Parts: sequence; C-alpha cells; structure tokens
Amino acid sequence: MKSIRHTMAAVWHFYRDSFRNMTWGRPLVWLILLKVFILFAILRVFFFKPAMAGLSDEERSRVVGERITGSQPPENPDNTYKF
Amino acid sequence: MDVIIWSRIQFAMTAAYHWLFVQLTLGLALVMAVMETIWLVKKDEFWKKTAQFWMKLFAINFAVGIATGIILEFEFGTNWSNYSWFVGDMFGAPLAIEGILAFFMEATFFAVMFFGWDKVSPKFHLASTWLTGIGATISAYWILVANGWMQNPVGTTFNPETVRSEMASAAAFWEVITNPVAVSKFFHAVTSGWVTGGIFVVGVSAWYLLHDRQSQFARKSLLIGAIVGLVGSGAVMLSGDSSGVHAAEFQPMKLAAAEGLQDGGNGAAFTIVPGIKVPKMLSILATHDPDGFVPGINDILRGYTDSEGNVVPSVAEKMAMGREALVALSIYRTTDDPSEKAEARYALEENVQYMGYGHLEKPEDVVPPVGVVFWAFRLMIGLGMLIALVLLLSLIAVWKDKLGAWKWLLWAAIICIPLAYICGQAGWIVAEVGRQPWTIQGLLPVNVAISSLSAAAVKTTFFIFLAVFALFLAIEIRIMIRAIRKGPEVEPEKS
Repeated sequence: MKSIRHTMAAVWHFYRDSFRNMTWGRPLVWLILLKVFILFAILRVFFFKPAMAGLSDEERSRVVGERITGSQPPENPDNTYKF
Repeated sequence: MDVIIWSRIQFAMTAAYHWLFVQLTLGLALVMAVMETIWLVKKDEFWKKTAQFWMKLFAINFAVGIATGIILEFEFGTNWSNYSWFVGDMFGAPLAIEGILAFFMEATFFAVMFFGWDKVSPKFHLASTWLTGIGATISAYWILVANGWMQNPVGTTFNPETVRSEMASAAAFWEVITNPVAVSKFFHAVTSGWVTGGIFVVGVSAWYLLHDRQSQFARKSLLIGAIVGLVGSGAVMLSGDSSGVHAAEFQPMKLAAAEGLQDGGNGAAFTIVPGIKVPKMLSILATHDPDGFVPGINDILRGYTDSEGNVVPSVAEKMAMGREALVALSIYRTTDDPSEKAEARYALEENVQYMGYGHLEKPEDVVPPVGVVFWAFRLMIGLGMLIALVLLLSLIAVWKDKLGAWKWLLWAAIICIPLAYICGQAGWIVAEVGRQPWTIQGLLPVNVAISSLSAAAVKTTFFIFLAVFALFLAIEIRIMIRAIRKGPEVEPEKS
C-alpha cells in the first residue's frame, strides 16, 4: 500500500515538475487546452448533438430499420419474391 | 448541394486534416527512435541532441494533431447516425481498444519521452520513445481495422432484430481483425508514414545544408531520414501491390475506376497516362498472372465470370436481390406470424450480402467518379516514385559526399515535403472516393447512412471546422518553422 502511494506521488511530482519547468512546450500545452475547449465545450455541446440521443436501443433499431426498409425504391418488376 | 454532399465533404475534410498529423507522427517516431538507439549504442552525446531536436518537431506535430480524430466520432453520431447504429459493435470494439489501450499507451510514454530525459534512466527513456511510436502504430491498426471492415465487411452477421452488424463469436472478432483489406491498408498507411517522416527529415536537413548551418547534424540526420524513407518506400510498394490484389478481389469497381477501365479482359494493360499503356501490367498487378482477367466498369455492370470461374451477377441482378432482402427485412420486422417471420429471415439471409444494392435507383449508381479516382491514383504513384527517387539520390549523395555539390537535390528534397502530404491525401482519395456510393461495401450506401439533418446545419459546422482547422494548421506551421529556424543545439552556429 505504501509503495503504491509512493509510486503515485512520484508520478504526480514527475508531471507537476515537468509542466512547471516547461519552456518552449508551454505554448503547445495552451494550444492543446484551447483546442480541447473548442471541441468539447463549444462544438460538441452546441453543434454536434448525436442525432439519436435520448432514444433507447429498441427505438434506435426501429428508427434505423424504418429508414432502411422505407427508403427502397418502388418494387422492382423483376422481384419475384413472394410470401 | 444537398445534405449528403455537405456531410461527405465535411467528413473528408476532417479525415484529410487528421491524416496530415498522423502520417508525420508515424514516420518521425521511427526516425527519432532510431537516433536515440544510436545514442545509447554509441554513447555519443551528438545523437542525443539530434534525437531531441527531431523530438521537438514531433511534439509540435503531436500537439496540434491531438484530438483531431475525435471530430470524426462527433460526425458519426450527428451526421451519420444510421450508419453508426448499423455498424454496431463492429466499430465500437476496435475504437474502444484504440482509445483505451493504444492511445493511453501513446500518451503515457509520450510524457516520459518528452519530460523524462534527465529523470528516468536512458534505457527506460529509449523504451518510452519506441513505445510512443509503437502506440501510435497500434492506434493506426485499430482505426484501419474499422476502415477495412467498411471496404470488406467480414466476420459480422446482420441482425434483423437490432438492425446492426454483430460479431457473434471470438472467431468472428478474429476474422475482423485479420481482414486482409485491413492488414494491407495498415501496412500501406504506416509505411507511407515512414516515407513522410523520412522525406521530412531529409528536406529539413537539406534546408540546413543550403544555409550552411549545422552541417554535421544535417548530414547525419539526412542519412537516417533517407534510410527510413527508402525502407518505407519499398514497404509501400509491397503493401500497395497487396492492396491492388485485394481491390481486384473485393472492390473490383474501385480498381476499374482507378484504371479508367471501361471494358476489361484477360491480359489487361496498365494505363500510365491516357495513351501510354504497359501491356498485361494491370493483370499482373491485380491477379499476379499476366493473362489474368480484370473486369472493367461495363463488365461489372453487366456481370462476368472471374478468373476462378465464379459467376459474378450483374448490378441489376444484385439490385433485385437487394430489394428482396429489404422486403424480407420489412416483413420480418412487422409480422407476428412465426412461419412468415422464419420465411422472411431465410430470404433475408439468402440476399443480405446485396442488401445495399436494393437502395440504388439504377445500376450506374455503383460507378464512382472515375476521373477523380483515376487521376488521384496516378498522382499517388507518381509522387511516391518521385519521393523514392529523391530519397535514393540523397543516400547516394551522402555516400559519394556530393551533398554540397548537388544543390538541386537539396531543393528537390525540400519541395518533396509538401508533395509527400499530397501523395498521402491522393491515396486516401483513391481508397475512399473509389468505393462510392458505399459507406459499407454492398450493404449500406451513403444516402441511407445519413442522419435526418438540414444541409444548412452541416454547412455551418463545415465552415466552423474550416476556420478552426486553418487556424491551427497555420499555428503549427509557424511554430514548426520557428523551431527549425532556431535549429538544434548540437553544434555552435557560425557567426
């Protein structure tokens, strides 16, 4: 338990000290943060809502099933399949 | 333009933008890992500084490219929701593995590689550098497993209850991950990344030599870049050959479009450019037999018998079978009569491989834009050969100590950097435009895969992306150029 805590602390210090001592890499970190913000806080929230959000799996099957079977063109005269 | 076209353009732009970063990441990772290995073997501080410089450029590329792939997943859910549901766990499994295993591996070891020079042992650091590159490569593998399945949907069964393609067993998962199309695409894509990384290093090194700066660093970097790039070029040719054979087998229309081949036959010629042909070469490339049969666009539309004697139905016949599949699916999902349901299921299973054809209005709908695919294919091959030649000449120039004299070669190497990106994009155009109208080969055309959206909504996000992408690309190029101008801290600069 103690060794796990020690390892975790070492990893934390590694990252903390590394970010604090960054020189030319610092603008890159800001760039990544800015991009992640634009992607997740703006585009994902306001522009990219999943089209079937809120539907259960059964409802999704129904919607896609209707789309697939409903979009077929008028019956092919060569289609001899009968039930 | 309608919503399908706008959604396709948006997806193409996002994927193309994402690939710009991936191809350099894959190649530069190998170059810097080789350099760091030399440092550890030779114990020469020069190689450490050299590896650190290329790692800096790698980090800039990595930082700007990070998370651009996530946007594709946004688009799947918003623009391509029918497709996303239809592909089911087929896409979920590889992308989840990619996200959890490969990405975290890449991200963890990247941090050690980037921050850990003086904090971990040299051997651990070297292992981290290699594992960063291996992690990126494994990421590419899982993405290409998903892409390969769209080109050749093996290992899955269509479930009419859920309307999804499902993997029923571990054997099915194995079939998906060893899909020959995915495997050859993986090697082709990764090794093309090595070519990009190689020519990038050669081109940047050439710039230093032309400016009479850091000459020892530039010469040695150029040598490593040329070797990596040439190994990549050889592997690209081998994997390209395998891709050609797979296209002939699984996507003959793509091959016919790439060749502009209206009427095929035995001993088909390869068109270098219109009017210049190499006899029998297309048959050799497609079937490894000089007299092998290669179907043309009209053969595929009319139906043909392949080299092994298999009768391939005409597109009109496939459309009829596809419509039977759709009618059967419709009955299966609406009837409560068990015997009718069983009969419908049987009819569906008999025709499901052609289900997508049931959505087509006319046979010609299966023909992709031939001109685009034809010229993109030639651009890819032409630029690939030009880059391989420049890499080979660079190696000869190092060997014969002619780098200073062959200034034209140094300029050619610099010009080849953007050409490597154009070559990569042309390759993806062949792969993706060439398989239109399918999102999933034979099963789901783009017009059914699309969500119910307005074109205006997609247009809005397209222009937002265009602006954001252009901004970040400009920032990357600016930071990259500044880092290159500043140069490595290997040799004291001449005053």
